[in-house]
Amino acid sequence: MFRQASRLLARTTTTAPWRRSRAFSTEVPAQTVEDSSFIQSWKKVIPNIEPPKTPSAFMTPRPATPSSIPSKITVNFVLPYASELSTKEVDMVIVPATTGQMGVLPGHVPTIAELKPGILSVHEGNDVTKYFVSSGFAFVHANSVADIIAVEAVPVDRIDPALVQKGLAEFTQKLGSATTDLEKAEAQIGIDVHSALNSAITG
Amino acid sequence: MAMAAFRREGRRLAPLISPRPITAVRSSPLPPTHEDEGPIGVRYISTQVVRNRMKSVKNIQKITKAMKMVAASKLRAIQSRAENSRGLWQPFTALLGDNPSIDVKKSVIVTISSDKGLCGGINSTSVKISKALHKLNSGPEKENKYVVLGEKAKAQLVRDSKKDIELIITELQKNPLSYSQVSVVADDILKNVEFDALRIVFNKFHSVVSFLPTVSTILSPEVVEREAEAGGKLGDLDSYEIEGGETKSEILQNLAEFQFSCVMFNAVLENACSEQGARMSAMDSSSRNAGDMLDRLTLTYNRTRQASITTELIEIISGASALEG
Repeated sequence: MFRQASRLLARTTTTAPWRRSRAFSTEVPAQTVEDSSFIQSWKKVIPNIEPPKTPSAFMTPRPATPSSIPSKITVNFVLPYASELSTKEVDMVIVPATTGQMGVLPGHVPTIAELKPGILSVHEGNDVTKYFVSSGFAFVHANSVADIIAVEAVPVDRIDPALVQKGLAEFTQKLGSATTDLEKAEAQIGIDVHSALNSAITG
Repeated sequence: MAMAAFRREGRRLAPLISPRPITAVRSSPLPPTHEDEGPIGVRYISTQVVRNRMKSVKNIQKITKAMKMVAASKLRAIQSRAENSRGLWQPFTALLGDNPSIDVKKSVIVTISSDKGLCGGINSTSVKISKALHKLNSGPEKENKYVVLGEKAKAQLVRDSKKDIELIITELQKNPLSYSQVSVVADDILKNVEFDALRIVFNKFHSVVSFLPTVSTILSPEVVEREAEAGGKLGDLDSYEIEGGETKSEILQNLAEFQFSCVMFNAVLENACSEQGARMSAMDSSSRNAGDMLDRLTLTYNRTRQASITTELIEIISGASALEG
């Protein structure tokens, strides 16, 4: 009776719309923008094997840069195991760049930002969704599309304060007893992440 | 010892040397003894052989069916993960573009394959594509190296391109694939291999019966910077403002490493997914073939048995009529 339950649950939690497409062919390349010079040189040198595909053949097409600034910014927020947001139109995102919190509105200048552990908040009208991200990168493109890639992210309300305190104490102790540079760096990273988590819960 | 073997052999050969017609009605009044008729007589041995063969085919079919079931359940688990990871590489391609035709001195071809066989042609496809890429990018003052993931591509590439193999990593799929595991592998590759461009060859999962050989290209930070200055495809990169990090090259370094681990993660998952799909269809067709063979053998077996029954009946009837007449 509950055989399919896990699958159904998994389906409801993922937000990517193209995941729910046909069961067997899981992804249809929307348009094939191939590197023609690659294919030509391939065919010249290796005529008997079909040229392999390249990632651009599977890309979901990106919009062109509009002449006027759109009212919303399109956000892709991806994790290794899920696409949290995919081409979602929101009002603003605030990303935790290493230089400080960075608010991204439509028409932001193209930017590449490295992320530090901190809060990523997605503003959509009056709704604010807050995630804690561990690290990663954020790209803001000229066409008001923001890509955020994080290694790990959780909604802030799912963090357990007790465990955070425990982890913080543990890593502080580790930093005290660390002898090599590698151990010190690892402990420092642990402290950074946990204090960021701590301030995310309290702040 | 040798004599005994020879005697055994001789006994086996004896009926071939002096064959007796089997279909003809036996004129000898003596009933055939087991010694000279049983195991050698064509009438019985043929059904025996067919029966043995049927048994073995049935066993093979059982095994392939079980393997298909296992592959199907593994596929279902890994398919959702592969699909979820597809968002991961797209931002990088949007930012840095897709440069399969880039002309660099040191190319490193990362061939991703499976550790286990019986999965159709996915491993030989990725090896073939890797060799073709090697050929495509070879030239004077150019260096091509292989990094091999998986037992099967290793076996194929070691044979004729042993000197070009830089690094071999196997048994990646012993534990369920995770991002941290793949990033450790990626780190290993980055530490041990010098490159201007990494070309990752893998099979992208398309459906259970089809997979698409794919090449993802990852450029080293120096090449990205050079290309961005030279304009062309990466010319847009100069218009991006860079936040964080002391220098641009530092950020690009981090970016390239992160890109590599993300692309690798997706590639490994896609390849594992294709592997299970290919195994499932290969096992499906082989159990179907075994079924066909079993049908044919059953037909032969029944026909032979029927023929022997008919012959016996004829013998009895003709014997009886000879006594009457």
